Amino acid sequence: MKLRLNLRQKDIGIAWLLVIPSLLVILGVTLWPIIYTFFLSFYNVQAGLNAVRTFVGLDNYLTMIKDQVFWETIGRTAYFTGVSVSLEIVLGLAVAQLITSKPWGWQFLRFALIIPWAVPTIVNGAMWRWIYSSDFGALNGLLYQLGLIRHYIPWLSNPNYAMNLVIVADVWHMMPFVALVMQAALAGLSPELEEAAAVDGANAWQRFWLIRLPLLRPALLVALVARTVDAFRVFDIVYIITAGGPAFRTATITYLTYLTTFAYGKQGLGAALSFLISAFILVMAFIYIRILYRPEEI
Amino acid sequence: MHSHSRFLDLYVILTVILVAAGCQTTATSAPNATAAPATAVSNATAAPTAAVAPVTIHILTQDQAGMKPAEIDQIARDFEALNPGIKVSMEYVGYDAIHDKIVTAMAANPPGYDASMIDVIWPDEFIKAGYLLDVTNRITPEMKTGIFPASWNGVTRGGKVYGMPWLMDVKYFMYNKDILAKAGIANPPATWEELVTQAKTIKDKSLVEFPINWSWNQKEGVVCDFTALLFGNGGAFLDASGKPIFNNDKGVQVLTWMKQTIDEGISNPSAVSSDEGAVEASFLAGKAAFAVNWMNQYADSNNPASSQIVGNAAFAPMPVFAAGAAAGIKSASVDGSSSFAIMATSPYKDQVWKFLVYLTSNEIQMKFSAEMLPIWQNDFSGALLTELEGKTPTNPVTVPAFLAQFPYANERPTVPYYNEGSAALQLAIQEALTGVKSPKDALDAAAAKWVELAG
Repeated sequence: MKLRLNLRQKDIGIAWLLVIPSLLVILGVTLWPIIYTFFLSFYNVQAGLNAVRTFVGLDNYLTMIKDQVFWETIGRTAYFTGVSVSLEIVLGLAVAQLITSKPWGWQFLRFALIIPWAVPTIVNGAMWRWIYSSDFGALNGLLYQLGLIRHYIPWLSNPNYAMNLVIVADVWHMMPFVALVMQAALAGLSPELEEAAAVDGANAWQRFWLIRLPLLRPALLVALVARTVDAFRVFDIVYIITAGGPAFRTATITYLTYLTTFAYGKQGLGAALSFLISAFILVMAFIYIRILYRPEEI
Repeated sequence: MHSHSRFLDLYVILTVILVAAGCQTTATSAPNATAAPATAVSNATAAPTAAVAPVTIHILTQDQAGMKPAEIDQIARDFEALNPGIKVSMEYVGYDAIHDKIVTAMAANPPGYDASMIDVIWPDEFIKAGYLLDVTNRITPEMKTGIFPASWNGVTRGGKVYGMPWLMDVKYFMYNKDILAKAGIANPPATWEELVTQAKTIKDKSLVEFPINWSWNQKEGVVCDFTALLFGNGGAFLDASGKPIFNNDKGVQVLTWMKQTIDEGISNPSAVSSDEGAVEASFLAGKAAFAVNWMNQYADSNNPASSQIVGNAAFAPMPVFAAGAAAGIKSASVDGSSSFAIMATSPYKDQVWKFLVYLTSNEIQMKFSAEMLPIWQNDFSGALLTELEGKTPTNPVTVPAFLAQFPYANERPTVPYYNEGSAALQLAIQEALTGVKSPKDALDAAAAKWVELAG
């Protein structure tokens, strides 16, 4: 017994030794920047060497919360998140169902699905910017050839279109992630429940809505949380396609944080914005978990 | 058990070596970071190892206006051949990324870049932040008198010089000779009102759908174009006391005109989402009769690989509004010059300076003058002018165009809060162009922001 304990204690020691380098890296590149950013959020600090820091308490947070631009940007970000995540979930689930039913060419479809997801976001953004180009874009070319438009449309110049076009680009890029998660979950479901329901007279919609969808809830939770967190922090695709324009109509909260911190050099305010973003994301994740997380079903 | 112990020993030794290696880098680089330039050079030459391992200097610049990256790369390789102890690592990014990359890089010590291209609108902010090295004592009398005074103005504040002039550029007015000839137009417009008349003729003859394109997307380009138009209408950004006046009648008239040209199909509606690259693309495709852009567009327009209008592009003085012309304004453009500045915390100040002197030397600038003309004023007179005009096929056209336009280059405000002020103005212009706000309301809001930033 004593020998076993000694071995166990030794294992714990080795385990710690093996983990310490990783912990140091995590502490250095993740935890310390977070702590430092939190510290900065209570100071008025302008970018610059030997910049003077003035403690302002909660002023940075209050400034943003009272700022109309902040709330307009949060609204735009919520719109982007809501619409893009909804479309990704619905389309992703539909594509996953299609693959699971194994129609002709389903293996190619599953392979092709990975391509948009594998394209780096920056490349994806540049590609869609060219598709939307007024003078040379494929979208105008297609619509013109089909006789649906008589003049090329400057898509990204219209404040009412621009955000929706960015959403389309994001959905094309990220829907495959949701589809793959859903497809994996669907592959793990036993067909017996649905077969029994069919024997009892349940139609296809009832089998999907009352049996399959509830069983997919854990996978849905994963996809929803991952995509919502990601979508709420959207930056790169906006930066590439519209740079926040026209008239700031596609500027999201992370884009505003970037401008505040790096373009305007207001690092304290930028730090506060970062934590406000985190707070919003935590609240959303909490709501999702409260609604969808049922440990007894897993 | 024995092997277990040996594994642990090996693991501990490896960890210690790795940590020590990491600490070593910090320990050697930190003192260099604060060392005086002379010390850095003496270290590089005195230590035996320094002679073996060359110093690598990192330079950030843009891949848009000015020399092409391939040309600068060639200059860097030539410099390395002449200076075996120095290796040059160039990084090319879009203009819009440079400012923020500098701010980010300067958070580290030593910084990620030893020198960077800086636009004429950034020195005040960067000097206040302490980012730029004072190079006043490095400027030789030959440089001081040889380079255009306007170039020095861009990097001189309070009598101190913070960079080496590199590129003298303004926005030029270019037109397609072929389209104007087909429209029966003998001369390019001298006023913006005349441009509208000519554009309507061109549209009526269905030569192009939208006669002019602009870089009016939500970036600095829209402020550049607004500057040219504002000064061409007799307006200005700030009054003598520094108070914004770009929202007065002159400014509102300009913004109203900009919006009107979009509504009438004179300006391409895609201008609201176009940058200078998109303007060039439509002009080179023959889809625009007129374009306002930087000088490099002219050389590109004569490149058969990318242009469908080879031989048809021409320069004309940037038009002004009729009111401006009546007030005696002959032309009005915007200064888009840039310099190279050494980062104040770079450990290789002398090596970087040596490269910058080479890069901006008369010989190099003369040799690579297809995309940008030299900053050396002697090149524009006498035998050197003849030599310059013979250097590239485009120089016989671009040199006279430069001499005609540069005297009418106007400056954007030199204030430390320019970047945020410019963003407010970009927003205002876009709000007016997209009909979100009236030109007056939009400019008033931007002016209020400038007052807040100045306070």
